[in-house]
Formats: sequence, structure tokens, C-alpha cells
Amino acid sequence: MKQLDARGLSCPEPVIMIRQAMQSGDAAYEMTVDNHAAKENVTRYAEHQGYTVTVRQEGGDYTLTMQK
Amino acid sequence: MNDKKELPVALAAGLGIGVIAAVLVLLGNPANMGFCIACFVRDIAGSVGLHRAAPVQYIRPEIIGLVLGSLMLALVRKEWSPKGGSAPMTRFVLGFFVMIGCLMFLGCPFRMILRLAGGDGNALFGLAGFVAGILCGVFFLNKGYTLRRTYRLPTAEGTVLPAIMVALLVLLALAPSFIYFSQEGPGSKHAPLLISLAAGLIVGAIAQRTRLCMVGGIRDFVLFRETRLLLAFVAIFAAALVCNAAFGNFHPGFAGQPIAHTDGLWNALGMMLAGFGCVLLGGCPLRQLVLSGEGNADSAVTVVGLLVGAAFAHNFGLASSADGPTAAGKAAVILGLVVVTVIACLNTFKKEN
Repeated sequence: MKQLDARGLSCPEPVIMIRQAMQSGDAAYEMTVDNHAAKENVTRYAEHQGYTVTVRQEGGDYTLTMQK
Repeated sequence: MNDKKELPVALAAGLGIGVIAAVLVLLGNPANMGFCIACFVRDIAGSVGLHRAAPVQYIRPEIIGLVLGSLMLALVRKEWSPKGGSAPMTRFVLGFFVMIGCLMFLGCPFRMILRLAGGDGNALFGLAGFVAGILCGVFFLNKGYTLRRTYRLPTAEGTVLPAIMVALLVLLALAPSFIYFSQEGPGSKHAPLLISLAAGLIVGAIAQRTRLCMVGGIRDFVLFRETRLLLAFVAIFAAALVCNAAFGNFHPGFAGQPIAHTDGLWNALGMMLAGFGCVLLGGCPLRQLVLSGEGNADSAVTVVGLLVGAAFAHNFGLASSADGPTAAGKAAVILGLVVVTVIACLNTFKKEN
């Protein structure tokens, strides 16, 4: 699974990062973000691309697992 | 929050904000200026003596409310997080020039929408420039523009700007003699203090909840075909338009519009600078205030950049008036477009590994 670290980045950068990563067409990605806006925006984008998103919170970080 | 819930919430937020903005004008704010982050920060700069333009000096409670409303809701939602360290001086400079662009046009992106809703056709030129500026910013975002990461900071760092807002509120309430208050002009026109403060608190909370951003609406539509923020934007326009019509405050035309000028080119270039700068900052002036309330020290530095930009704009005759733009203001906007482009290039193409 492709891992991406978007902690400390503010929107739209995490979404641009996942959009670029998804051009590889993998079935699963994992991205770590550290703010609600990024969590919501990346989730929304991934769901629009047909991925199922699960969120795991660890301290102030959120790890989003996106699978097709 | 899932998609199905998000859109109605964003639309309701936009409608609510549009109504509040129109009501503030009814209760005393300048025409088409229920909210204007640029104008209100400029008024605060004048009130604390950073510039001496007598008609635009007032500590606007809406600004205080926006920051504190965001702070309170962020605390309730456990989203308050002190952080910063992402190119603060670059953000200061961007904030400075965003203000220069806004004061060329005579309004922030929020007031641009309210001007349109009041029938001010000059704002159409502003909107065209604003979209062009956002497209410039999006170009660099797609090429990898970033101001790099923020880091978690001590709690005290995230509370500085909200504390300054509380101090401003105290100064407003006590009105000591060293604070300047306009006796005439836009600065003398304001809704009652508590109503303005409440409006700021409510809109700050709504904007924190919905992440409302005037730049984000167009930017996200261009980047991702994401319409949520854009529709909130349209809802503000629609609600303010209906209220203005109902209150007799809708006057379509170009000449003689309140606190506006008819120079289309410079209205467009001013908002182009604002749009471009705001995309590089990650949000419009309203969003910077809301993020400051959430503990973001970088956004707080941006707000200080806006404040200093406003002071320079009035100390050096860069701000437009109803008579039109000034030669110095035109030079400052061109300089701003150059500086913003250089900042975009430096943070896109020259990355350390």
C-alpha cells in the first residue's frame, strides 16, 4: 500500500498530493494528516474517486486508509 | 460529515451569512459593507493610530467576533490546535499585498460578493480579476507550490491573536482618548457594538464549522470540480440580494455606487492581486481570521500583514477612493503582482530536497 505523509500541510495540498498519487491507479493508499479540514477534504476526494475510506485517529494525527 | 449532509449545511451557512450581512447594513454599517475584512482591518489600523485617514478609523467588533467565534467553536469541537512555522514572513508579505489589492478595489472578496448583491456592477470587474488571480495561483499549486509544513507550537502561541482581539474589545468598550474614532465617513457608520460583535461571533463560528472561504470556492472548483464552498458563496450572494431588494438597498449600476470607483481595469487588477495572493496563502482574509481563531499562528501573522498593508495603503496614498485609484496605488498593485509571482516561483520551482 502506498504511504503518504501530509502532516503539517494545509488544504488543498493534501488533496493535490492524493490526486497525484492516485494517478498510479493503485487499489489502496494510506495518508496521514493532522487537521480536520485535510481529513474531510481528502476523504471526500477519495470517495468521489470510488475509494472506501476508513479513518484511524492517533493523538492529533489521522491515518486515512483508502481502498477500492 | 458525509457529502449529503455537507451541502445543505454549506448552503444554510451561506444564506445565514448573507442575511446577517444585509441586516448589519440596515443597522448602521456602510452600504454593501455588512462585512468587509479588508475595510474592517483597515479601520482597526486607523483606530489604533497606524494610519491617520480620519474617515476610516473604528475598532470593528465584527473582526473581534470572527476570531473569537472561531476560537470558541474550535474549542467545543476539539479542533483548536496551536501550530505554525510554515513560512511566516512570506505569509506576512502576501498578507500585506493582498490588502494592497483589496484597497485598490475597495473591498475583500467577501465585500465583492456583497457589492454584487447591492447591484454594484464594478464588482463584476473585480470578480473577473479575482478569478484570473485564483487561476494564476492554481497554476502554481498544480506545479507543486507549497509553503511547507506547519508544526505544533506551545499553547501560548496560538492564543496571542485572540488575546489581542480581547484587548481591542476592551479598548473599544472603554474608548480611551488615544484611540481614534471617525466622526464622519465609513468609519463613523456602524451597527451597535453588541450586535456587530454577535454577528462576528456567529459568522466566525459558521465559517469555522463549514471552512467557508471565498477563494477556496473557486479554487476547489477549478482543482477538483468540488462545488460545496462555491455554492456557499452563491448562497451568500442570493441571500444578501434578496434582503437588499427587500430593504430597498439594491441599486443596480456602475456610477455612484457606495464606497466604490468605476475604473474597471484597476478593480480587476486589484482583485487579481488579492485572488493570487490568497491562493498562495491557502485562504481569503476571512479564512485567515478563522484559522487564527483555531490557533494557527501563521494565519495570525498573515492578519498582521493585512493590518500593516492597510496602514501603508493609507499612509502612502495607495488606497483608492470613490474618485478612483491613485498613481501610487497602481504602482503598488503592479509591484504586488511582481512580488507575489516571485514568491510563487520561489516556492514552486526551487525546492530543497
